[in-house]
Amino acid sequence: MLKFVALRFAQGILVLLAIYALTFFLVAMTPGSPFSGERAIRPEVLAQIEAYYGYDKPFFERLWTSLSNAVQGEFGPSAVYANRSVTDIIGEAFPVSLRLGLVSLLVALLIGVPTGILAAVKRNTTLDYVPMSVAMVGICLPTFVMGPLLALVFGLMLNLLPVSGWYGPRYMVLPAATLGLYYAAYFARLTRGGMLEMLNQDFVRTARAKGVPEATIVWKHCLKGGLIPAITFLGPAVAGIISGSFVVETIFQIPGLGQWFVRGALNRDDFLILGLTVLFAALIVLMNLLADIAHVALNPRLKYE
Amino acid sequence: MGVRNLALPAMDISNALAKSFLALCVGILCLALVACGGSDRPADVAAKNGILLMGNGAEPMSLDPHLVTGVPENKIISALIEGLIAYHPTDDDEPEPGVAEAWEHNKDYSVWRFRLRDNARWTNGDPVTAGDFVYSWQRMLSPALGSQYAEMLYVIRNAEAFHQGRIRDFGQVGVKALDDRTLEVTLAGSTPHFLPMLKHYSFYPVNPRAVEQHGGMTERQNRWSTVENYVGNGPFRLAQWTTNQIIRVEKNPQYWDADRVRLNEIHFFPIENVNSEETAFRAGRLHVTNTVSPDRIPTYRQSMADQLRIDPYLGTYFLRLNVNRAPFNDPRVREALNLAVDRQLIVDRVAQGGQRPASGFVPAGLDEYEPMDRVRFNPERARQLLAEAGFPGGRGFPRKEILINTSEAHRKIAEAVQAMWREHLGIDVGIYNQEWKVYLDSQSNLDYDIARAGWIGDYPHPMTFLEIFTTGNGNNDTGWSNPRYDALIRQAQAGSPEDRLRLLREAETILMTELPVVPLYWYTRTYLLDPRVQGWNPTLLDNRPYKYVSFG
Repeated sequence: MLKFVALRFAQGILVLLAIYALTFFLVAMTPGSPFSGERAIRPEVLAQIEAYYGYDKPFFERLWTSLSNAVQGEFGPSAVYANRSVTDIIGEAFPVSLRLGLVSLLVALLIGVPTGILAAVKRNTTLDYVPMSVAMVGICLPTFVMGPLLALVFGLMLNLLPVSGWYGPRYMVLPAATLGLYYAAYFARLTRGGMLEMLNQDFVRTARAKGVPEATIVWKHCLKGGLIPAITFLGPAVAGIISGSFVVETIFQIPGLGQWFVRGALNRDDFLILGLTVLFAALIVLMNLLADIAHVALNPRLKYE
Repeated sequence: MGVRNLALPAMDISNALAKSFLALCVGILCLALVACGGSDRPADVAAKNGILLMGNGAEPMSLDPHLVTGVPENKIISALIEGLIAYHPTDDDEPEPGVAEAWEHNKDYSVWRFRLRDNARWTNGDPVTAGDFVYSWQRMLSPALGSQYAEMLYVIRNAEAFHQGRIRDFGQVGVKALDDRTLEVTLAGSTPHFLPMLKHYSFYPVNPRAVEQHGGMTERQNRWSTVENYVGNGPFRLAQWTTNQIIRVEKNPQYWDADRVRLNEIHFFPIENVNSEETAFRAGRLHVTNTVSPDRIPTYRQSMADQLRIDPYLGTYFLRLNVNRAPFNDPRVREALNLAVDRQLIVDRVAQGGQRPASGFVPAGLDEYEPMDRVRFNPERARQLLAEAGFPGGRGFPRKEILINTSEAHRKIAEAVQAMWREHLGIDVGIYNQEWKVYLDSQSNLDYDIARAGWIGDYPHPMTFLEIFTTGNGNNDTGWSNPRYDALIRQAQAGSPEDRLRLLREAETILMTELPVVPLYWYTRTYLLDPRVQGWNPTLLDNRPYKYVSFG
């Protein structure tokens, strides 16, 4: 297994390098400058600023300098936010996004997986139809509809929960619900499918014939296999939660990385975009690796390769 | 079938488990919601404690007055730093003593002398001296710093030459500290309206000791303006800066006029999304918002009019016409386009923010300059002109496009203009949108036919509106060039005060005859304000003297 992890790790590094170079190229090709504004900037002043940030150097020299700095963890200053470096920004905002992401993922798993198991075990009864219909609605409603809706009901109408800011655990409820419920819906349907497939296996019929209690069948024999689709979906789910956070952070005014990413792109803040892209890419690569390891652990027929 | 019968007793346990699991979930949810029960709205608690909660529109790029260019930054910096002249509570044109307690000028307004008060202090204990202003203006004009608003200081003699590197010795620039409390400023020409210009943050002082300690005068990444190191001299001092979350300023006991400051704290919230901001206001988390969405305005007017504020604002919303592209090179076509727009209709039904239809370029509201009345809605004359230009009834008029930056509000206005031109002139124009930075590039590269634009005045004088249309000016972006106009502006910049207004009037007449632009309306600031906030007066430049604000 160690060989597997090492190999994947090396692959991951290559992927990140490629992403860095590609992003650098794309950002350089994008029209617009971080320094343009509604008020025109004098050419001398612009030249001065561009020289300060290294924009006056040729393309490949910039790529090389920036890449070698990045490898050492130094992503550069923000071109737009004058006295902040990208590392500062990430340092401040990442813990917030991480917390929100983890709680949302937890919400998604803790609501989605048991609901899916329940629906599979109680297949074709009300306890199946109702949760699955709700799940369908959840999948269809995008976060930018769900979020304001929840804010409206719980924040404005019932005045139970705060609708913006990030000052304590209460502020986490609505944003985590918005993000989490969407993926809970997916996990529910996937888990239901996985469990049903397991419950239809021959060995289950044999076990039942031998008199094994149903609870044992469900929890001891079918669960591991039934969770496989959900585990496989973890990778895309994390990616989705990360990108979904952009919307949720805007709606609920949360000081996380999502807002910085959008703002960086709109402001053409090259160093910030690069730093954040690499960070998100690293997260997704890591999550996919963990999901693969879990997958192999759960399915004895698979091997690390 | 048989299998299921065998499994029946186990299924009952499963059932029970399932039901109890669900019940547990619901129970926990209810408990959580009850525990998180509603409490006093933050706005009410804050009002009782003299804390103002303000929606500020965006996370500030910096709080260094010499490096910023935007409004959200200014709103915060003006609480932390005070210049020679402070904001007047009601009139943006009137000078209010700030760090300077008295001033005098020579006969032709070209030499000014300011006496600084002796109890003006920085938050690190240093007294505010005339030398601080010399240092600060040198910093602002240093080419190495790359300050984008350095141009504001070009009224000072030799400032432009120093900034462009033609002279290296700052001693030749027209600002001197005669002693610690006397600042003498020599201007490039006669400038009677110098005092209101000093309210702009480009003239603000910074504490030399703090700047030198954390990086030096011309270091862009100087860390003096972080929350740990910030040194200011204004009515408030910086207490907390949590990025994207809150900026908290509290009353500065060392401020020379601290007795008159009624608020204890101001909390600035950088909420960018206009709908999220309105939600926050309605949920009682803000006392004042940065803006309000135009389609909410009628609702507020109807049912919550005491919370809606519409203040005149010194700015013009207009369309640029690319005069390098036919047929916009024909002044008759440009005039026809202007005369075929019913601005009153746009203001009443589309923009809906109480704006004033623009009949000239320089907006209304300036004390000594009446707005021009040259652009009216006159569809018959418009059709006549278009026919004279060779497009009777719109026939043969090439298809052109209006460029907007992506925004529903701008699209609606563009659609209104499009419909009016179709109805009254018979011409067909399209609309396309570009993302903000791309849109800016398109305008400066003259890569458009018609472009939506806005211009806000920096100080209350028509010069800030008219000087942008000189030939090749970085903010002209229309390709329009008129040597007589250029000459008039140059003369006005150097002339005497009486001459100046007359010359600018003549210049605007040329602008409004040749019409390289289609002015649509003069701006208003629309936002939501909690009725309990007192001392929040409308001002033309939206400069907010926080020391006069309180809760009634």
